Amino acid sequence: MIEGFTALYIFMLAGFTGYEVISRVPVILHTPLMSGSNFVHGIVLVGAMVALGHAETNMEILIGFIGVLLGAGNAVGGYVVTERMLEMFKSSKEAK
Amino acid sequence: MSLAIDVSYFLAAALFILGLKRMSSPVTARAGIVWAGAGMVVATLITFLTPGMHNYGWMTLAIAIGGGLAWYSGKKVAMTDMPQMIAIYNGMGGGAAAAIAAVELMGGEFHSSTFQVLAVIGALIGSVAFSGSMVAFAKLQGLIKRSLVFPGQQLFNLLVFGGALVFGFMLMGADQPGGLSILVFFGLALLFGILMTLPIGGADMPVVISLYNALTGLAVAFEGFVLSNAAMIIAGTVVGSAGTLLTQLMARAMNRSLSNVLFSGFGSGAVSSAEQDSEGTMKEIDATDAAVMMAYAEKVIIVPGYGMAVAQAQHKVWEFARFLEERDVKVKFAIHPVAGRMPGHMNVLLAEAGVPYDKIYDLDEINNEFPQADVALVIGANDVVNPVARSNPDSPIYGMPILDVDKARNVICVKRGKGKGFSGVENALFFLDNTRMLYGDGQEVAGKLIAELKQL
Repeated sequence: MIEGFTALYIFMLAGFTGYEVISRVPVILHTPLMSGSNFVHGIVLVGAMVALGHAETNMEILIGFIGVLLGAGNAVGGYVVTERMLEMFKSSKEAK
Repeated sequence: MSLAIDVSYFLAAALFILGLKRMSSPVTARAGIVWAGAGMVVATLITFLTPGMHNYGWMTLAIAIGGGLAWYSGKKVAMTDMPQMIAIYNGMGGGAAAAIAAVELMGGEFHSSTFQVLAVIGALIGSVAFSGSMVAFAKLQGLIKRSLVFPGQQLFNLLVFGGALVFGFMLMGADQPGGLSILVFFGLALLFGILMTLPIGGADMPVVISLYNALTGLAVAFEGFVLSNAAMIIAGTVVGSAGTLLTQLMARAMNRSLSNVLFSGFGSGAVSSAEQDSEGTMKEIDATDAAVMMAYAEKVIIVPGYGMAVAQAQHKVWEFARFLEERDVKVKFAIHPVAGRMPGHMNVLLAEAGVPYDKIYDLDEINNEFPQADVALVIGANDVVNPVARSNPDSPIYGMPILDVDKARNVICVKRGKGKGFSGVENALFFLDNTRMLYGDGQEVAGKLIAELKQL
């Protein structure tokens, strides 16, 4: 259980962390990084699983099912495309 | 067991942050995504052990279908189509966040009213990110060709948004929210996402996708509060703030403010003012002369644009560059921050062709080198090399930082036809005395140039 001010502290610190991590990124990595951060919020899958896990009525199960499906798509798709892009970055030493 | 779950989520959050950090340098980037991926696997697996859950069958099936389809499409997509693919995966994340909120609202079991408020806000943001990303995808994919603009549009959008807010407030206050108001709330939120994205032009889409990426992160964080899931809160917030910064960087690279991107249709009113400046004539050059010119140059700077990628010419261009290097010509690639469809997209496309990243320079690094370059070879780029951005205050692209290609001793522009750029602005570069036009499909032209080089 995360409550009140603890939640607020987490929110603030995580916010600064995100800002710091990105602030010194060369332009060449903007696309992969956007894709990478897109992958990271795929963690929503975990929440969707919990929601589906506690769903009772058919309607709740249906929506929970869609949620997990979408979340899994976000996580897996985000990973695959990011990895494909980053795989291609090589310096001239590695290329030869 | 709950300790194991907490530890796993903690580990996942740490791996996400370390992974993103590593992704911010080309040397460690590859390892970064693998780290973050490991975090995701740990978090997902441990979630199956959460006490008091059922519906495991549905859960596994949903992961298999969603994950399978995404895996397949992600492996198959061409590098040029990457922006819309990111948009669609991002939209899925927003949709998932909205779905979590919907299930929680219908279940009506909130520990406190604060959580209920957060759930509704997260649902609103997630729904907008979902439908907005889908429209962004459809536009970039060419499924929606025109930007929808009608009188009173902004007022109408505002009304829809206001309606969503009203129903949102009702849901926040209700003990056991009714099914109908939940339905109307989500309907309006989804509609607003669509309406907000429809009038935005294709050139601005990357900024919008980046914004929706940040919004999805925020929605995930809010739903994380509702579920008391620290991994979701941290990952969502980190993406929310990182995404916001990235959106600002992109908007700045295009010299536009975010509100300008979101609330004004680009090019709709501005085109007329830019039509006066077609003075002089365009001078053609053929492939033979162009090849000779570059073969005996000391330094050639290649400026690729999205047109090159569309023609799938990057492999040929790199081959051509290597032939030049064999003749001891210094070759560098200059990339504008918004070349391609997203900042950095062009780097990905060149990397795919095998161009090492240390031969690729961005705007600040290369701009003072153009005066020393014998030839600047512009392939499929237009607006980002248009000197009007420096000289003509009336132009819609005035003030946008450009590559100073016109300062090179000779400029060769490879172009398919005589049309205008993405923004609809005439390019003054094509009419300069030191500019020669080389007409043709990018790939064909590069092939011809290689053939000519071989004969020298």
